[in-house]
Formats: sequence, C-alpha cells, structure tokens
Amino acid sequence: MAAILSVKDLRKVYDGGFEALKGVSLDIEEGEILALLGPNGAGKTTLISAVCGLVTPSSGSVTVGGHDILRDYRAARSLIGLVPQEVVVEQFETVRNTVRLSRGLFGKPRNDALVEEILRKLSLWDKRDNQIKELSGGMKRRVLIAKALAHEPRVLFLDEPTAGVDVALRKDMWDIVAEMKADGVTIILTTHYIEEAEAIADRIGVITRGELLLVQEKAELMRQMGRKQLEVQLTAPIETLPASLADFGLEIGQGGETLIYSYDTHAERTGITKLLNAISDAGLTLRDVQTRQSSLEDIFVNLVEEDA
Amino acid sequence: MNWIAIAAIYRFEMSRFFRTIMQSFVSPVISTSLYFVVFGAAIGSRIDQVEGVSYGAFIVPGLIMLSVITQSISNAAFGIYFPKFIGTIYEHLSAPISFFEIVLGYVGAAATKALFIGVVILITANFFVDLNIAHPLAMVAFLVMTCLSFALFGFIIGIWAKNFEQLQLVPLLIVTPLIFLGGSFYSVSMLPPVWQTVTHFNPVLYLISGFRWAFFDMADVPIGISLLAIALFTGLCLGVIWLIFRTGWRIRS
Repeated sequence: MAAILSVKDLRKVYDGGFEALKGVSLDIEEGEILALLGPNGAGKTTLISAVCGLVTPSSGSVTVGGHDILRDYRAARSLIGLVPQEVVVEQFETVRNTVRLSRGLFGKPRNDALVEEILRKLSLWDKRDNQIKELSGGMKRRVLIAKALAHEPRVLFLDEPTAGVDVALRKDMWDIVAEMKADGVTIILTTHYIEEAEAIADRIGVITRGELLLVQEKAELMRQMGRKQLEVQLTAPIETLPASLADFGLEIGQGGETLIYSYDTHAERTGITKLLNAISDAGLTLRDVQTRQSSLEDIFVNLVEEDA
Repeated sequence: MNWIAIAAIYRFEMSRFFRTIMQSFVSPVISTSLYFVVFGAAIGSRIDQVEGVSYGAFIVPGLIMLSVITQSISNAAFGIYFPKFIGTIYEHLSAPISFFEIVLGYVGAAATKALFIGVVILITANFFVDLNIAHPLAMVAFLVMTCLSFALFGFIIGIWAKNFEQLQLVPLLIVTPLIFLGGSFYSVSMLPPVWQTVTHFNPVLYLISGFRWAFFDMADVPIGISLLAIALFTGLCLGVIWLIFRTGWRIRS
C-alpha cells in the first residue's frame, strides 16, 4: 500500500535551543493505525504539531497524500484531522455550532446530515444544542473528536486521546477508533498507555528524546523483542542455587520457592530441556511450571532504558 | 481563497455578538444618552454653538467615533486573543486557510459589530438633536473605513497580547485618551495656539475631523489630509499584519 503520510528527516529546534525532533523519518500507510509511544517530552506532540501545521519544522519535509505540508498546505491539511491533547473548546458555544465551524474552517460546505451522523456516532446527538460548558470532561473529548471528523479527514491524529479518561470511556474511544479504521481512515495516536497501543495499533513507533527508536508491526515487535519467562515452582524452598545451575542466569523468587528463567523465543535453542534436566539432576522436585510472555510495556521500558 | 472558511469564522464570531445582542444594543444607547445629558445639556448650555452648529449636534461625530474606534479594537483584539488564550486556535492553524483569510474573518466580524453600534448611536442621537448630514456617502465611507482600520489594529493587539492586562492596555491608556484629546467634544480652534499644534500630532484628530466634515461640511483639517491619514493608518496595520503572517510571531512556534 502507498504511504499516505511521509515524514523525512524532520527536525525541530525551538527558539530556546531545545531540539525536540532530531531527524525523524517515518512512512505511514493508508488505513493503518500507528501508535506512537514515548515518555513525556519525547517529541510526540511536536511531531504531530509539525505535521498538522501548529509548529514550523526547522528542516526536513512532510507530505500528506503526496502534498507537501508547507508548499501545498491547503491540499495537505484538508486531509488531516487533529484531536489535541488538551481539552480546548469554546465553553459558551453549542456542540453543533462548534462542529459546524470546524467543517467550515476546512472549506467544506455545510452538511447537517453528516454533522448529525458524526454526533450520533459519538453519542453527542442528545447534547447537540447544549453549551459545551455543560458537558462532562469525557463528553468534551468526544466533541474534539467530532470537530476533527467534521471535514471527513483521511488521516486522523489523536494526541493522547485517553489521558485522564475513565476505563469505560477509554473502551469507547477504542471502539470509535476501530470504527474509523473500518471507514478507511488512517490513524496516528500518541499514548502513554502501552495497553492502548497493544489493544488497537497495527504498528508501533517508539520515540524518545526526539528520536524515533523503531517502528514495527505490533505482532512482529512482540515476537522479536518478546522474551519469555519460565517459572519453576519447587516443592521445597532453596536458599542458594546449586552450582550446576549457576550458568542459566536464574533468579530465585518467592522466598526460594520459585526459579525464574528468561529466554529468547527466537534463539535456536531456548535451553529449556537442558535446564529442566539440570534441575532434576540437582535433586530438586517440581510442583508446577509456567511460562509468561513479556508485555509491550516491558519491551518499551527496555528500549527506553537501553537508549538512556 | 477559502471563502467558506472566512464565512465560517465570520458567522461564529457574529453568533457571539447575537448571543449578547441586548448588551450590544442597550449599552451604546445608554452611554450615548448619558453623553447627551452630560455634555449636551450641561456644557452645551454654556457653549451653545460651535462654528454655526449646535453643540449637541457638534459632538455626535465624535461620540460615534469614540464608540466605533474602541469597539472595533476591543472586538477584534478579543476575537483573536480568546482562541489563543483557551487554545482553540489550534484549529485555525491546522485548517487549510491562510493567515490573510483568518484576518478577514475576524476583522470583518469585529468591524461589522462596531458598525452596528455606530448606527445605533447615530439613530439614538437623532432623538436628541436635529442632524442634517451634508455628505451621507462620505459619512458611511468614513465610518466603514474607521471600523475596518481599527479592527485591523485591534487584531494586532490581540495577537501581541500575552494576557488580559495587555489586551486592555493599549485601548485604555493610548487610544481612549487620543480620542478624547482629538477633538471629539470640541473644535481644535477653541484651544490655545500651543495646544492646537500639539493636537495636530494626534492621529485621531484627522479621523474625527474628516468624519465631522461629512456631517457638517466643516473640519479642523482639510478633508484630503484626513483621508490620507486613515489610508496611512490602514496601510500601517496591514503592513504589521503581513509581518506577523511572514514570521508567525506569537502564533506559530
């Protein structure tokens, strides 16, 4: 599939001299969901802001649907919808008016049927004539999404859509994102929540200190980076490891009742057979054995720590 | 040109105005009436006539200018400052619109509101004094030009302001005194010679004088110079706005 968004060597140095983006390159394919993970201040929002026109890049180029965001900004921006991180809304305006304004700003003629459809999809239709200040925090976030969708964008940026949102609403957001993907919208979201990326993304990018460490298929990333752990429970606790088990890099847990063995699922030999034999040779008896796949969170922490 | 976007901004701004239409309508009516009571009745009974025009009628152009100028500035300044302040400006920046189109939307709406108030004052004044407008077309043109140029000026203040104090600073400390000292309520010829010279450095004098000429065919300065002054002022504001647009100053980092 063709890249709908292409970022090449994008740099941003703010006036104070802070280098927020240090040459980020990234291609995003049409119809995919990309999650950008990274700690606070990693450059996620700057990246989005540069693509959307809120921040002027210091160097590098970005094209959206083949249109350069600076030279051909009208064509590029009309493809993009942005849901900002902060809940910023005109408190005294009604829901419907503010969504209409968004559509108008993008040069699209008034379309009440479409606005109704969007508001219904986001469960805002009942509140259409309410002033925004009367809505709850979660509802306001939905208004931001409605505004971003009002001009029928092909690419949607969600900057931490679920920060500070309760569990039920977060699930709702995920459903909304899935629906938009089904409609063919390309979605780029930033998040702190690994489980969010794990739940909805097709690909995952990890960004820290202005650099994109990697971008990979979620499944591929989990497979490559995923380490498994084998937990062996013993019938009787041990205090020290027998010398014959010293080479396996085992950890002793739960007051000596478990042995934890980490291995790489992609290595030619995982070493499990050898370990189990060695345990039995050492005269230890097993109560239970289980394995555990490392989560995206572990992978993320490892990556960011490696970089530090 | 993204006309739909300009219209969208314009409508959105005007809807704020219509939400508070009673305030927008009642406050100029009351303040104009107060000016007539205080200036027209109290001072007018002593001055009687200024160069053949009754004092009550004489102050009408100045009164209109006073409100129109302050309203143009504050509407435009607030209009653009508010989205900057609450953050909704992100939408304008990410939309496929040029800075010029944003200016047109906000300045157009601010000028329209000021024009509305100017007309309300004119109508109210009619209840207090007899007004025969000598050059009606020129009067309308002057009024519209003033609304637009000061809305441009207000827009610049709104972009410049970093807080609400700054938003009020220029209108309150510079513009209002200039309007009062620019011959709104008196003819410059009534001043001692030294102050007459000083007053000629006040740009607002040229506006009020030109506007008064359109009403009564009499002026403190020649009408041509008044036109030149307002053209220069508009040009200056447009120049500054162009610079802001080129550099993204205080809007886009």
